[in-house]
Amino acid sequence: MGALVVVDKLTVSAGSATLVDALSFTIRPGEVLALIGESGSGKTTTALALMGHARRGCRISGGSVRIGDVDVLSLAPRQLRALRGRTVSYIAQSAAASFDPSRSILDQVVEPACLHGTLPRGEAELKAIALFRELALPEPETIGQRYPHQVSGGQLQRLMAAMALITEPDVVILDEPTTALDVTTQVEVLRAFRRVVRERHVTAVYVSHDLAVVAQMADHILVLRDGRMREVGATERLLASPQNEYTQSLLAAARPATRTAGTARDDADVLLRVKGLSAGYGAPGPGGKPAVTILEDIDLQLKRGQAIGVIGESGSGKTTLARVIAGLLPPSTGTMEFDGRALPPALGARSRDNLRRIQIVFQSADTALNPSQTIDRILARPLQFYRGLKGEPLRKRIDELLDLVKLPRTLAGRLPGGLSGGQKQRVNLARALAAEPDLILCDEVTSALDTVVGAAVLDLIAELRKELGVSYLFISHDLHTVRAVCDEIVVMQYGRKLAQVARADYDRGPHHPYYEQLARAVPELRRGWLDEMDAQRKAA
Amino acid sequence: MSTAIHAGSIDRSVLRRWRDRLAHFGPTGWLGLAVIAFWAAAAIFGPALMSQRGDVGGGDVFAPISAAHWFGTDYLGRDMLARVIEGARYTVGVAFGATLLASGTGTLLALLAAASGRWIDGTLSRALDTLTAIPSKMFALLMVAGFGSSVTMLIVTAAIIYVPGAYRIARSLAVNINALDYVTVARTRGEGIVYVMLQEILPNITGPMLADFGLRFVYVVLLLASLSFLGLGIQPPEADWGSLVRENIETLASGGAAVIAPSIAIASLTIAVNLVIDNLPGRAARERGAR
Repeated sequence: MGALVVVDKLTVSAGSATLVDALSFTIRPGEVLALIGESGSGKTTTALALMGHARRGCRISGGSVRIGDVDVLSLAPRQLRALRGRTVSYIAQSAAASFDPSRSILDQVVEPACLHGTLPRGEAELKAIALFRELALPEPETIGQRYPHQVSGGQLQRLMAAMALITEPDVVILDEPTTALDVTTQVEVLRAFRRVVRERHVTAVYVSHDLAVVAQMADHILVLRDGRMREVGATERLLASPQNEYTQSLLAAARPATRTAGTARDDADVLLRVKGLSAGYGAPGPGGKPAVTILEDIDLQLKRGQAIGVIGESGSGKTTLARVIAGLLPPSTGTMEFDGRALPPALGARSRDNLRRIQIVFQSADTALNPSQTIDRILARPLQFYRGLKGEPLRKRIDELLDLVKLPRTLAGRLPGGLSGGQKQRVNLARALAAEPDLILCDEVTSALDTVVGAAVLDLIAELRKELGVSYLFISHDLHTVRAVCDEIVVMQYGRKLAQVARADYDRGPHHPYYEQLARAVPELRRGWLDEMDAQRKAA
Repeated sequence: MSTAIHAGSIDRSVLRRWRDRLAHFGPTGWLGLAVIAFWAAAAIFGPALMSQRGDVGGGDVFAPISAAHWFGTDYLGRDMLARVIEGARYTVGVAFGATLLASGTGTLLALLAAASGRWIDGTLSRALDTLTAIPSKMFALLMVAGFGSSVTMLIVTAAIIYVPGAYRIARSLAVNINALDYVTVARTRGEGIVYVMLQEILPNITGPMLADFGLRFVYVVLLLASLSFLGLGIQPPEADWGSLVRENIETLASGGAAVIAPSIAIASLTIAVNLVIDNLPGRAARERGAR
């Protein structure tokens, strides 16, 4: 059974900065409270403080946390250890990073029970298997014998939930447990989580930045920003009539509006034509086919000024498609045509002008910007390289680019380490724009960003298209983002193109079943969506 | 600084960078810098300032510390202070030169291997693996037998012996950096291999490579000492610090100053080099400073 959680004026600070500022809330036994906010809002810090833990360099500097009758913050280290994993347990965002790769899964799942002495090893194993079954894991009897790398990400996340629940805790903290998963996997995991949380009546804290996910899980939502509470309320009330301005902007960002920007005219000439493209890795075998085929027989046509979205789950080959077009991976068969002329398959064979006209923007801005180069140097390089600019014109052009992506000019002298995630992604875009390309390949550009920041980047992408007339090949696993900016959607699975849907037909069906499945898997921003899904599933 | 924006801002940005770099120095960094400066000055100006010379013997053998002999005397009654100061030239010069050569060559070859195709990488790696397989003392013996013993010879020999190690470490770092998105972006931009090597990869591996440099410096000092022990190193009556320790080793049991003084000199120099390197802002410091 769950316990009552009372947090009163909780304050966490790091040095002179206050990360969580006098936060107070109550969770009734068996209820689920969602902490929602952008990165840096203090939601994980708050969640960790519930276990009496502060990350290195941080300090819980005030307030109180009560779980049942226990005042968590006044406990001695030994008592805290007895509390953690027993009364309060934690499910982290990345299960892959939380499991020890060198021990079998069952070994690790039963560890909390053995450590806290709640169950003897044999019984704990039986209980773990029962939990695996409850969490809808395949082969519950034997999955525990496997090692973490032998199960998928979604399964690992559920296995971690089993680890957290094996000691029958009163409070469970779920820290963005589905953020790293594909949409279709996410639904499965959410479903499993919700069932175990409901059936056991544990008190749960669900940390997330995704309102639609939270709407399915939580009874109450607490909106955090800069460590302060902006709004708290029952889920229905908060979604229907948000009081706080920030909550409203979060809700607006979660319902992405279509950015109707500069659609391509029908008579526009074809910019990129891909025919019968196959590609893969490894040495070519008989018949010129590579050892591992990633892409098979892809046909694609992109008109000047058009934006085409490519969606699919991870492993569907969408990133490989971008790499082939960019020349990083020569295709095994098939041809590419750019602006009416054949596009050489390998990078080395392309002319500098061809290289300039196709730019690629990567998902993770952290690794896409050289950490030892200042922003102006990063932006200056393509200008110098392609256009030979120097001196005053170069300076001016860099300023223009920064204006174009709406970054303050003062950032020019900084290193990427001093920028936020959204700012880095803007620099990333600006670098591609510096080459004045015709086609930008966007590989999951908003996936690593918070909803609000991601929405702003999407706005920028749509606006640039209107102003500069660039075309996009927009790769994403999120149907919402793709629908928001693209004229057409290409659906990929197992390296094949399954369907192509034009904007006018987005809401008109019927589409390819896989597209429908993807579309259905995106959580909707209302309560009860998951219940309806379950009901439909049972009926079917 | 080929990509500095204004011609006039080049000097300023370089100056600012060095000032920032030194501003990061903690007290230990400054201490290390002071010790290195002291030994460098001793190597350059020391012999000219000394009233005694290291090759004049004939006094008491293994004399203790006294006003006349600050570090005592060695096994032939020569003044130890003068011997240590004169030896500084060899140790600082030869060891530093050889380490610089080894780390520099190793890093450059590693960058080339990481940034270019599989063939060059494979050839370079196998060739340097072969070099590792030859025992270093044997190799030094061969070199000295073939070309005679001279300072240049010693530097080149020590450098060749330590290139493969530096190469291995730099290559493993560079291969990781080479797989990152910003290097891929540079490639799709059409950048040449030299740009990728020097502008994209090198700045991001300098931190660990400098740490490796400090470690390698210690190895080279030890190698030079052992070469001297075999009579292949600096030829008597000249002596580097390693050979000073070796030739006075008999007095170790009685705690004589003649063996302790050069040992302290070696220790102080190697620790100082590592202190300075630890204080150079590497990646971690850059992230810390940027926040």
